[in-house]
Amino acid sequence: MAHSVMQRIGGKDQVIAGLMLSPTVLAAIFFIYAFILWTVWLSLTRSTILPSNHFIGLANYNDLFGSSRWWRSLSNLGIFGGLYVAISMAIGLLLAILLDQRIRGERLFQVVFLYPMAISAVVTGVAWRWLLDPNFGVQAIVRSLGFTHFQFAWIDDPDLAIYTVVIAAVWQTSGFMMAIFLAGLRGISPDIVKAARIDGAGTLRIYRRVILPNLAPTFFVAFILSAGLAIKAFGLIIALTGGGPGYSTNVPTIFMYVFSFERGEMGVGAASALIMLAIMMVVVVPFVILDARRKV
Amino acid sequence: MRRLPIYLLLTLAALFFLLPLYIMLVTSFKTMPEIYNQGILALPRQFDLYAWRHAWSGATIGASNQGIHPFFINSFELVIPAVIISTAIGAINGYILTHWRFRGANIIFYLLLLGTVFPFQIILLPMAWVQGKLHIAGTLIPGLVMVHIIYGLAFTTLFFRNYYVSIPHDLVRAARVDGAGFFRIFWRVMLPLSTPIIMVTAIWQFTMIWNNFLFGVVFTNSDQQPVTVAINDLVDTVTSVHMWNVDMAAALIAAIPTLVVYLLAGKYFVRGLTGGAVKG
Repeated sequence: MAHSVMQRIGGKDQVIAGLMLSPTVLAAIFFIYAFILWTVWLSLTRSTILPSNHFIGLANYNDLFGSSRWWRSLSNLGIFGGLYVAISMAIGLLLAILLDQRIRGERLFQVVFLYPMAISAVVTGVAWRWLLDPNFGVQAIVRSLGFTHFQFAWIDDPDLAIYTVVIAAVWQTSGFMMAIFLAGLRGISPDIVKAARIDGAGTLRIYRRVILPNLAPTFFVAFILSAGLAIKAFGLIIALTGGGPGYSTNVPTIFMYVFSFERGEMGVGAASALIMLAIMMVVVVPFVILDARRKV
Repeated sequence: MRRLPIYLLLTLAALFFLLPLYIMLVTSFKTMPEIYNQGILALPRQFDLYAWRHAWSGATIGASNQGIHPFFINSFELVIPAVIISTAIGAINGYILTHWRFRGANIIFYLLLLGTVFPFQIILLPMAWVQGKLHIAGTLIPGLVMVHIIYGLAFTTLFFRNYYVSIPHDLVRAARVDGAGFFRIFWRVMLPLSTPIIMVTAIWQFTMIWNNFLFGVVFTNSDQQPVTVAINDLVDTVTSVHMWNVDMAAALIAAIPTLVVYLLAGKYFVRGLTGGAVKG
């Protein structure tokens, strides 16, 4: 008797729970998944400044991949993404290992390494634009030390400007990578390290043979997160180089914004957004699956 | 002595991370002649407040020449409702997903998880169209607030879900035996245990929304823009002379709120950053 009453009450509350969750579920289905399909549809239509339902097949993709600006955006993402992921993970790992040596002032170092993550990418771009300005910034500093022929004007050079984006992005998020790796290091059981030490292994050997292999899941996570940040980078590049000189530092995010909202080529913009989604899936999903497999 | 290289490396790294903040600060207190005549690293001769005053209330941004302050206020008007609402809904969602489990709960979880991965470019065009149809295109309130709530929900829900998973189900069951219903259990059992995760989520949302540029630049017009978009406009405005000191002061003003939160409650911010991530 009491049991069935409880079940009935539970049943009513179960309905409330379902009702309370449904707005979020509906919002996710509509604002994420239906919007993705909608963008797919837009990319197949002759939509320009206004959306249109005039179906034109893959013509927008033809235009997209016929555009040198798009190819430049893709190769920039490759250069920037590859270097940024590798360097920020390397610096993050190094700093985490250093901080894991029972350091005095560990908290303070952490605060300093991580504060750029709390700052807007736009502010980061503005600051580095100033620091990389050839007339005032790093080039001027080094020249004032006596190296009067020192050259460091990457930010004005169409072939080199993309590397300044790497510098600023590494500055902003290496501390984040450090925090991820430090959490990973602290998660390794001290017992296996102790066991290796008893077996006579030196510090370097312990890191190579014991600690780094145990950090594999952390590497996956760090890779997924930094690759995601690279693909999404937008405000940083806009504020640092404005996508220039010319369009030499355009990446897909900038290309998509310009074509969709400035040039009124919505169909091409939608197509570029879908290629971005595909890139994200290709880069990130295999790692997520690999990571899941490891745990089984 | 063997540890000296470790401290040396860490200190070098710290200098690298502090350098941009340092040059922003010193530049913002210099006059333009000083900037031309001195090195970028030099301390200002006297702390000149002109750049800060001008950045705050005089600089030209778009069609306005009231400086950064209207946009700074915009960002607060955006962040406060967006953080409160997305955090509150996330808390309820997390509670439901962990303690009112039903068929399909896992599918919903994965639907939301994927929602944190997609590049937002994929939803910009339909959202712009929907906002046009609702006659809220270009507005801060409710247009941009709505966008940030919707696309923040996946994050807030996952934060609360991952936290509530570790709250024993027996607590909820006991409350139900005592006759407590859905809302009462939430208020009396879950919320009192939730202070840390509310801090983590609210600080995360505050930082993400305050710093966001993409949604602001796509979904708001002129006087409705958040501070990040205004900063970019200010820096971009082509004048005869580039006012680096004003740029730096404005950028610092835009950075202060999240920096203050970080310095006061960095522990929660770091937990947000590493929380979901480390568990994979």
